[in-house]
Amino acid sequence: MLAEYGPFFIQLGLAIVLAFAFLKGAALLGPSRPNRIKQMPYESGMDPIGTARTRYSVKFYLVAMIFIVFDVEVVFLYPWAASFERFLDAGVGLEVLGVVTIFVIILAVGLVYDIKKGGLEFD
Amino acid sequence: MAAQILFFLLATVAIAAGLGMLLSRNPVGSALWLVLNLFCIAGLYLTLNAEFIAVVQILVYAGAIMVLFLFVIMLLNLDVLPEIKDIEWKKVFGFTLGMGVLGLLSFVVASSLDILPNEISARRAAEVGSATSLGEVLFTQYALPLEVIGILLLAATIGAVMLAKRKPV
Repeated sequence: MLAEYGPFFIQLGLAIVLAFAFLKGAALLGPSRPNRIKQMPYESGMDPIGTARTRYSVKFYLVAMIFIVFDVEVVFLYPWAASFERFLDAGVGLEVLGVVTIFVIILAVGLVYDIKKGGLEFD
Repeated sequence: MAAQILFFLLATVAIAAGLGMLLSRNPVGSALWLVLNLFCIAGLYLTLNAEFIAVVQILVYAGAIMVLFLFVIMLLNLDVLPEIKDIEWKKVFGFTLGMGVLGLLSFVVASSLDILPNEISARRAAEVGSATSLGEVLFTQYALPLEVIGILLLAATIGAVMLAKRKPV
Protein backbone atom coordinates (compact mmCIF):
# COMPACT_ATOMS: atom_id res chain seq x y z
CA MET A 1 0.00 0.00 0.00
CA LEU A 2 2.66 2.46 1.09
CA ALA A 3 4.83 1.24 -1.75
CA GLU A 4 2.25 2.68 -4.16
CA TYR A 5 3.26 6.10 -2.86
CA GLY A 6 6.91 5.53 -3.74
CA PRO A 7 6.73 7.71 -6.88
CA PHE A 8 4.86 10.36 -4.89
CA PHE A 9 7.59 10.60 -2.27
CA ILE A 10 10.28 10.57 -4.95
CA GLN A 11 8.56 13.48 -6.69
CA LEU A 12 8.11 15.30 -3.37
CA GLY A 13 11.80 14.85 -2.59
CA LEU A 14 12.80 15.99 -6.09
CA ALA A 15 10.61 19.07 -5.79
CA ILE A 16 12.18 20.05 -2.46
CA VAL A 17 15.73 19.39 -3.71
CA LEU A 18 15.06 21.29 -6.93
CA ALA A 19 13.61 24.30 -5.12
CA PHE A 20 16.63 24.57 -2.84
CA ALA A 21 19.03 23.87 -5.72
CA PHE A 22 17.59 26.76 -7.74
CA LEU A 23 17.67 29.16 -4.80
CA LYS A 24 21.19 28.17 -3.78
CA GLY A 25 22.38 28.05 -7.41
CA ALA A 26 21.09 31.52 -8.13
CA ALA A 27 22.80 32.84 -5.01
CA LEU A 28 26.10 31.13 -5.87
CA LEU A 29 26.26 31.71 -9.63
CA GLY A 30 24.53 35.06 -9.99
CA PRO A 31 26.30 38.37 -9.43
CA SER A 32 25.42 40.03 -6.15
CA ARG A 33 25.61 43.81 -6.12
CA PRO A 34 23.14 44.93 -3.46
CA ASN A 35 22.43 48.58 -2.85
CA ARG A 36 20.01 50.47 -0.64
CA ILE A 37 17.24 50.80 -3.19
CA LYS A 38 17.43 47.17 -4.31
CA GLN A 39 17.12 45.96 -0.72
CA MET A 40 14.04 48.00 0.06
CA PRO A 41 10.87 45.94 0.62
CA TYR A 42 8.85 45.83 -2.60
CA GLU A 43 5.39 47.33 -2.32
CA SER A 44 3.86 47.55 -5.80
CA GLY A 45 6.55 49.94 -6.94
CA MET A 46 5.75 52.52 -4.26
CA ASP A 47 8.05 53.57 -1.46
CA PRO A 48 6.90 51.52 1.56
CA ILE A 49 5.17 53.57 4.25
CA GLY A 50 5.00 52.60 7.93
CA THR A 51 5.55 49.12 9.35
CA ALA A 52 4.18 45.86 7.98
CA ARG A 53 2.56 45.22 11.37
CA THR A 54 -0.58 47.29 11.14
CA ARG A 55 -4.01 46.01 12.16
CA TYR A 56 -5.87 44.44 9.27
CA SER A 57 -9.56 44.87 8.61
CA VAL A 58 -11.83 42.09 9.85
CA LYS A 59 -13.21 41.84 6.29
CA PHE A 60 -10.26 39.64 5.34
CA TYR A 61 -11.17 37.28 8.15
CA LEU A 62 -14.73 37.01 6.84
CA VAL A 63 -13.49 35.99 3.41
CA ALA A 64 -11.18 33.37 4.95
CA MET A 65 -13.94 32.02 7.17
CA ILE A 66 -16.35 31.58 4.27
CA PHE A 67 -13.58 30.00 2.24
CA ILE A 68 -13.02 27.42 4.99
CA VAL A 69 -16.73 26.59 5.24
CA PHE A 70 -16.98 25.80 1.55
CA ASP A 71 -13.60 24.09 1.53
CA VAL A 72 -14.86 21.69 4.20
CA GLU A 73 -18.09 21.22 2.25
CA VAL A 74 -16.10 20.03 -0.76
CA VAL A 75 -14.08 17.70 1.47
CA PHE A 76 -17.36 16.09 2.52
CA LEU A 77 -18.59 15.86 -1.05
CA TYR A 78 -15.46 14.15 -2.31
CA PRO A 79 -16.20 10.74 -0.68
CA TRP A 80 -19.63 10.91 -2.31
CA ALA A 81 -18.05 11.25 -5.75
CA ALA A 82 -15.57 8.48 -4.94
CA SER A 83 -18.21 5.98 -3.84
CA PHE A 84 -20.93 7.05 -6.29
CA GLU A 85 -20.57 3.93 -8.45
CA ARG A 86 -20.94 1.69 -5.42
CA PHE A 87 -24.14 3.48 -4.40
CA LEU A 88 -25.53 2.96 -7.89
CA ASP A 89 -24.59 -0.73 -7.76
CA ALA A 90 -26.32 -1.07 -4.37
CA GLY A 91 -29.39 0.73 -5.77
CA VAL A 92 -29.37 3.55 -3.20
CA GLY A 93 -28.17 6.27 -5.57
CA LEU A 94 -31.31 8.40 -5.18
CA GLU A 95 -31.43 8.21 -1.38
CA VAL A 96 -27.80 9.25 -1.15
CA LEU A 97 -28.45 12.03 -3.66
CA GLY A 98 -31.21 13.22 -1.30
CA VAL A 99 -28.83 13.21 1.68
CA VAL A 100 -26.25 15.18 -0.27
CA THR A 101 -28.86 17.61 -1.61
CA ILE A 102 -30.05 18.40 1.92
CA PHE A 103 -26.43 18.92 2.98
CA VAL A 104 -25.76 21.29 0.07
CA ILE A 105 -29.04 23.17 0.63
CA ILE A 106 -28.18 23.73 4.31
CA LEU A 107 -24.89 25.28 3.24
CA ALA A 108 -26.51 27.20 0.38
CA VAL A 109 -28.72 28.92 2.99
CA GLY A 110 -25.52 30.29 4.51
CA LEU A 111 -24.30 31.45 1.11
CA VAL A 112 -27.60 33.21 0.36
CA TYR A 113 -27.54 34.88 3.78
CA ASP A 114 -23.98 35.97 3.13
CA ILE A 115 -24.81 37.46 -0.28
CA LYS A 116 -27.92 39.22 1.07
CA LYS A 117 -25.92 40.73 3.91
CA GLY A 118 -23.31 41.86 1.44
CA GLY A 119 -20.58 39.68 2.97
CA LEU A 120 -19.05 39.05 -0.43
CA GLU A 121 -18.96 42.73 -1.38
CA PHE A 122 -15.54 44.06 -0.54
CA ASP A 123 -16.06 47.71 0.16
CA MET B 1 10.83 -1.29 6.62
CA ALA B 2 10.48 1.70 4.30
CA ALA B 3 7.43 2.71 6.30
CA GLN B 4 9.45 2.65 9.52
CA ILE B 5 12.25 4.77 8.06
CA LEU B 6 9.65 7.20 6.74
CA PHE B 7 7.90 7.28 10.11
CA PHE B 8 11.03 8.22 12.04
CA LEU B 9 12.06 10.73 9.37
CA LEU B 10 8.64 12.43 9.43
CA ALA B 11 8.38 12.25 13.21
CA THR B 12 11.79 13.92 13.62
CA VAL B 13 10.91 16.70 11.20
CA ALA B 14 7.49 17.11 12.86
CA ILE B 15 9.04 17.52 16.31
CA ALA B 16 11.70 19.87 14.94
CA ALA B 17 9.01 21.96 13.23
CA GLY B 18 6.97 22.00 16.45
CA LEU B 19 10.00 23.28 18.37
CA GLY B 20 10.63 25.80 15.61
CA MET B 21 7.05 27.02 15.99
CA LEU B 22 7.45 27.47 19.74
CA LEU B 23 10.88 29.06 19.61
CA SER B 24 10.39 31.35 16.63
CA ARG B 25 10.08 34.94 17.83
CA ASN B 26 8.12 36.02 14.78
CA PRO B 27 4.41 35.03 14.91
CA VAL B 28 4.19 34.62 11.13
CA GLY B 29 7.34 32.48 11.24
CA SER B 30 5.69 30.35 13.90
CA ALA B 31 2.69 29.86 11.63
CA LEU B 32 4.93 28.71 8.78
CA TRP B 33 6.70 26.23 11.08
CA LEU B 34 3.26 24.92 11.96
CA VAL B 35 2.57 24.38 8.25
CA LEU B 36 5.68 22.19 8.02
CA ASN B 37 4.52 20.31 11.11
CA LEU B 38 1.05 19.72 9.59
CA PHE B 39 2.62 18.45 6.36
CA CYS B 40 4.66 15.93 8.37
CA ILE B 41 1.52 14.78 10.20
CA ALA B 42 -0.13 14.30 6.80
CA GLY B 43 2.86 12.14 5.82
CA LEU B 44 2.41 10.14 9.03
CA TYR B 45 -1.24 9.52 8.09
CA LEU B 46 0.01 8.20 4.76
CA THR B 47 2.34 5.76 6.52
CA LEU B 48 -0.74 4.61 8.47
CA ASN B 49 -2.51 3.96 5.13
CA ALA B 50 -5.12 6.67 5.79
CA GLU B 51 -4.77 8.40 2.43
CA PHE B 52 -8.02 10.40 2.55
CA ILE B 53 -7.24 11.84 5.97
CA ALA B 54 -3.74 12.70 4.74
CA VAL B 55 -5.05 14.70 1.79
CA VAL B 56 -7.70 16.40 3.94
CA GLN B 57 -5.04 17.27 6.50
CA ILE B 58 -3.11 19.18 3.84
CA LEU B 59 -6.20 20.71 2.19
CA VAL B 60 -8.02 21.84 5.31
CA TYR B 61 -5.35 22.26 7.98
CA ALA B 62 -2.23 23.25 6.06
CA GLY B 63 -4.35 25.21 3.58
CA ALA B 64 -7.48 26.72 5.04
CA ILE B 65 -6.91 26.71 8.80
CA MET B 66 -3.45 28.19 8.38
CA VAL B 67 -4.95 31.07 6.38
CA LEU B 68 -7.22 31.75 9.37
CA PHE B 69 -4.27 31.55 11.77
CA LEU B 70 -2.33 34.05 9.68
CA PHE B 71 -5.31 36.39 9.53
CA VAL B 72 -5.76 36.18 13.29
CA ILE B 73 -2.06 36.96 13.76
CA MET B 74 -2.47 39.99 11.49
CA LEU B 75 -5.72 41.05 13.16
CA LEU B 76 -4.38 40.82 16.69
CA ASN B 77 -1.14 42.56 15.83
CA LEU B 78 0.99 40.28 18.00
CA ASP B 79 4.19 42.17 18.41
CA VAL B 80 5.66 41.42 21.79
CA LEU B 81 6.64 37.85 22.45
CA PRO B 82 8.70 36.91 25.53
CA GLU B 83 12.40 36.52 24.81
CA ILE B 84 13.78 32.99 24.69
CA LYS B 85 15.68 33.57 27.92
CA ASP B 86 12.55 34.82 29.68
CA ILE B 87 10.66 31.58 29.09
CA GLU B 88 10.33 29.60 32.31
CA TRP B 89 12.12 26.48 31.16
CA LYS B 90 11.58 24.68 34.48
CA LYS B 91 7.81 24.84 34.04
CA VAL B 92 8.00 23.78 30.38
CA PHE B 93 10.31 20.89 31.22
CA GLY B 94 8.17 19.82 34.18
CA PHE B 95 4.97 19.92 32.14
CA THR B 96 6.51 17.93 29.27
CA LEU B 97 7.92 15.34 31.64
CA GLY B 98 4.63 15.10 33.54
CA MET B 99 2.61 14.59 30.37
CA GLY B 100 5.12 11.97 29.20
CA VAL B 101 4.80 10.04 32.47
CA LEU B 102 1.00 10.35 32.29
CA GLY B 103 1.00 8.96 28.75
CA LEU B 104 3.28 6.09 29.71
CA LEU B 105 1.22 5.21 32.80
CA SER B 106 -2.04 5.40 30.82
CA PHE B 107 -0.58 3.09 28.21
CA VAL B 108 0.51 0.57 30.86
CA VAL B 109 -2.88 0.69 32.61
CA ALA B 110 -4.78 0.42 29.31
CA SER B 111 -2.70 -2.49 28.08
CA SER B 112 -3.00 -4.34 31.39
CA LEU B 113 -6.81 -3.85 31.29
CA ASP B 114 -6.70 -5.06 27.66
CA ILE B 115 -8.80 -2.17 26.32
CA LEU B 116 -6.37 -1.09 23.60
CA PRO B 117 -7.76 -1.42 20.07
CA ASN B 118 -6.55 -4.46 18.19
CA GLU B 119 -3.84 -4.04 15.63
CA ILE B 120 -5.23 -4.18 12.11
CA SER B 121 -3.40 -5.27 8.99
CA ALA B 122 -2.10 -2.74 6.48
CA ARG B 123 -4.46 -4.10 3.83
CA ARG B 124 -7.50 -3.59 6.08
CA ALA B 125 -6.30 -0.12 7.06
CA ALA B 126 -5.94 0.90 3.42
CA GLU B 127 -9.42 -0.41 2.75
CA VAL B 128 -10.98 1.54 5.63
CA GLY B 129 -8.93 4.67 4.99
CA SER B 130 -9.93 5.15 1.36
CA ALA B 131 -12.43 7.84 0.37
CA THR B 132 -14.64 5.20 -1.25
CA SER B 133 -15.30 3.17 1.88
CA LEU B 134 -15.56 6.36 3.94
CA GLY B 135 -18.24 7.67 1.58
CA GLU B 136 -20.11 4.39 1.76
CA VAL B 137 -20.80 4.76 5.49
CA LEU B 138 -20.83 8.57 5.62
CA PHE B 139 -23.85 8.98 3.33
CA THR B 140 -25.85 5.99 4.57
CA GLN B 141 -25.16 5.02 8.18
CA TYR B 142 -23.92 8.48 9.22
CA ALA B 143 -26.27 10.59 7.10
CA LEU B 144 -27.74 12.40 10.13
CA PRO B 145 -24.36 13.41 11.59
CA LEU B 146 -23.47 14.68 8.11
CA GLU B 147 -26.49 16.99 8.09
CA VAL B 148 -25.61 18.13 11.61
CA ILE B 149 -22.14 19.02 10.32
CA GLY B 150 -23.89 20.99 7.58
CA ILE B 151 -25.80 22.95 10.22
CA LEU B 152 -22.58 23.54 12.16
CA LEU B 153 -20.93 24.96 9.03
CA LEU B 154 -24.04 27.08 8.42
CA ALA B 155 -23.75 28.43 11.96
CA ALA B 156 -20.08 29.24 11.30
CA THR B 157 -20.97 31.15 8.11
CA ILE B 158 -23.77 33.12 9.75
CA GLY B 159 -21.68 33.81 12.84
CA ALA B 160 -18.79 35.15 10.77
CA VAL B 161 -21.11 37.37 8.71
CA MET B 162 -22.90 38.60 11.86
CA LEU B 163 -19.67 39.56 13.59
CA ALA B 164 -17.74 41.01 10.67
CA LYS B 165 -20.57 42.65 8.76
CA ARG B 166 -22.15 44.61 11.60
CA LYS B 167 -23.82 47.74 10.27
CA PRO B 168 -22.44 50.89 11.86
CA VAL B 169 -25.17 52.33 14.09
